[in-house]
Amino acid sequence: MNKQLLLGDEAIAQGAIDAGLSGIYAYPGTPSTEITEYVQQSPVARERNIHCRWSSNEKTAMEAALGMSFVGKRSMVCMKHVGMNVAADCFVNSAITGVRGGLMVVAADDPSMHSSQNEQDSRFYGNFALIPMLEPSNQQEAYDMAYDGFRFSEETGEPVLMRIVTRLAHSRSGVEAKALQPQNAMNMEGSDPKQFILLPGIARRRYKMLLEKQAGLVRASEASPYNVYADGPNKKMGIIACGIAYNYLMESYPEGCEYPVLKIGQYPLPEKQLRQLVADCGEILVLEDGQPVVEKMLKGYLGMGIRVKGRTDGTLPPDGELNPDIVARAVGKDFKPFFMPSPIVEVRPPALCEGCGHRDMYTVLTEVLRAEYPTHKVFSDIGCYTLGAMAPFNAIDSCVDMGASITMAKGAADGGLRPAVAVIGDSTFTHSGMTGLLDCVNENTPVTIVISDNETTAMTGGQDSAGTGKLEAICIGLGVRPEHVRVVVPLKKNYEEMKQVLREELDYPGVSVIIPRRECIQTLARKKRASKK
Amino acid sequence: MKKDIILCGVGGQGILSIAAIIGQAALKDSLYMKQAEVHGMSQRGGDVQSNLRISDRPIASDLIPTGKCDIILSLEPMESLRYLPYLEKDGWLVTNEAPFINIPNYPETGKVAEEIGKLPHKVVLNVDKIAKELGSVRVSNIVLLGATVPFLGIAYEKVQSSIRDIFGRKGEDIVALNLKALAAGKEAADRLL
Repeated sequence: MNKQLLLGDEAIAQGAIDAGLSGIYAYPGTPSTEITEYVQQSPVARERNIHCRWSSNEKTAMEAALGMSFVGKRSMVCMKHVGMNVAADCFVNSAITGVRGGLMVVAADDPSMHSSQNEQDSRFYGNFALIPMLEPSNQQEAYDMAYDGFRFSEETGEPVLMRIVTRLAHSRSGVEAKALQPQNAMNMEGSDPKQFILLPGIARRRYKMLLEKQAGLVRASEASPYNVYADGPNKKMGIIACGIAYNYLMESYPEGCEYPVLKIGQYPLPEKQLRQLVADCGEILVLEDGQPVVEKMLKGYLGMGIRVKGRTDGTLPPDGELNPDIVARAVGKDFKPFFMPSPIVEVRPPALCEGCGHRDMYTVLTEVLRAEYPTHKVFSDIGCYTLGAMAPFNAIDSCVDMGASITMAKGAADGGLRPAVAVIGDSTFTHSGMTGLLDCVNENTPVTIVISDNETTAMTGGQDSAGTGKLEAICIGLGVRPEHVRVVVPLKKNYEEMKQVLREELDYPGVSVIIPRRECIQTLARKKRASKK
Repeated sequence: MKKDIILCGVGGQGILSIAAIIGQAALKDSLYMKQAEVHGMSQRGGDVQSNLRISDRPIASDLIPTGKCDIILSLEPMESLRYLPYLEKDGWLVTNEAPFINIPNYPETGKVAEEIGKLPHKVVLNVDKIAKELGSVRVSNIVLLGATVPFLGIAYEKVQSSIRDIFGRKGEDIVALNLKALAAGKEAADRLL
């Protein structure tokens, strides 16, 4: 038995490579980043010429993956849960077009918001798009599901959504690999040559086909090895355990669970096993890490049918990730502490690195704005620089979604705010900031946009940034006047110059872009170490 | 055999390298293992922890339940106290005594030492100092790992060989330095026990 020690993310990547993957597409996002990084570092992937460069955002990634499927090859697209919102236009329509080569969409959800802005559950997206879903409970299943998922996608003609959570993505365990399969050759022969042309007439026909597939998908779930019904002697309660929640349950029952347990790893839900569980048991406890998707389906809006317990009735907390303690309490057990928490322990929040260019940018920005522009507001964005919200800077007034800094500043300026300042990182700018900048240019909105350029996607660990070396050209190309695209080097010795540039652009009643540019000290240090070797 | 370990410290101190070495050694011993780690935003100077579980039987949860942790291995003294409710009655705390102070309200270091002193089973070492004496403060994490070996349930030689596997591609000098750090940590712990 030859086991490799792999993160859940890495197990998915290895499974995809071994299944004959031809291309992976993604924008970095915790906790999904390591899937693509693993492919980028894989010698087999290099040998097979598997596409693995980063995409500008999740939408471009999703579309490129669908294009790879269009030519008959196997492709994967990966993102964090909120990336699903960005990719959603193509994602939902890809269920209508269907696929040629197997297409797997991996969404990494982040219950408890370890590194996110919300707790949305990607299974809603799968249900909404009417496509099959897989939800692994451990690293081996993650590998197996990726390995088999492409074939399943080709058999059903639909993309397959794999939904994971942070604890699986970032937990390591031994994984056994299977035989490496050949990659698909290019093949665009299909039964429906117009399947990808979603004109209303064709889309209506394709949508009916998708609806007709649903019963077959339920049968596939009933036959799936990932949906397992295990009987138990105590029929007072039946338990549905989805994905990783199954592990937390079994932690309380090392010798086997006393209640019947239906372990769910494939959706749509397996009707046959569900009916059996409901028929056998007095009430149903649903354990799912994320939002109460299955629980609400079973319970129904008025809760007048089956007795269902879970997150909606207080048996489990309504928010946050599950863990063995919470699940133990839900089944009437308890893991008790022996030592009490120490009262002297303080919270240690993350902070911008010492020496980071964002620090210099915020130091100058806050000094000038507070002293000279008291009516200002700063709209920020998603990245390391969101930490400008914390002391000592307390520099920002918003952080909502990728790219929202520029467009919220625009709306606020439209509403009369002066000065309206946006702070966005280079990678976030090319992800979703460019279109907002065009909106500003088209109306010559008085906004001052700071693109804090550290030449990398820093927060997720220093991946390539799509705009490196191109930011001025992009801004000027979108119509920002060249004299209002200003580049500075964020270092203490340049503070006076930076302040002067900032004042000039804050005073200009149109679109300005200031680019403080200095490489991320983490990627710089890594490059220095690598060159020393 | 079952060892549930919480590794903790401050982002950037190197707890994930320790986890990788123990994990590799466990796998070589044909043990089951699961190791949950923290990536992303919290790595930037915030508190970080990893749950490492090793067993000769299949492991269910990636996370350790309250009161079930056998060893807390901490690169920072205040951080070692953060996870006390997870520690088992007979569990060991192995911690660095050199504080990493990057918050304004860090407790008095004397109070931290006092709190650690209340625990029945602990090994407290200044691994930064030992590492510096060996030539690089970057190996403090491996010194701490060396100090934990007596409680790990994995043979010292297996940990050594795991270090060779993991640092091998970084060159012989790095391997030798890390092996020295491991030995120094073990010696220091042996003297205390």
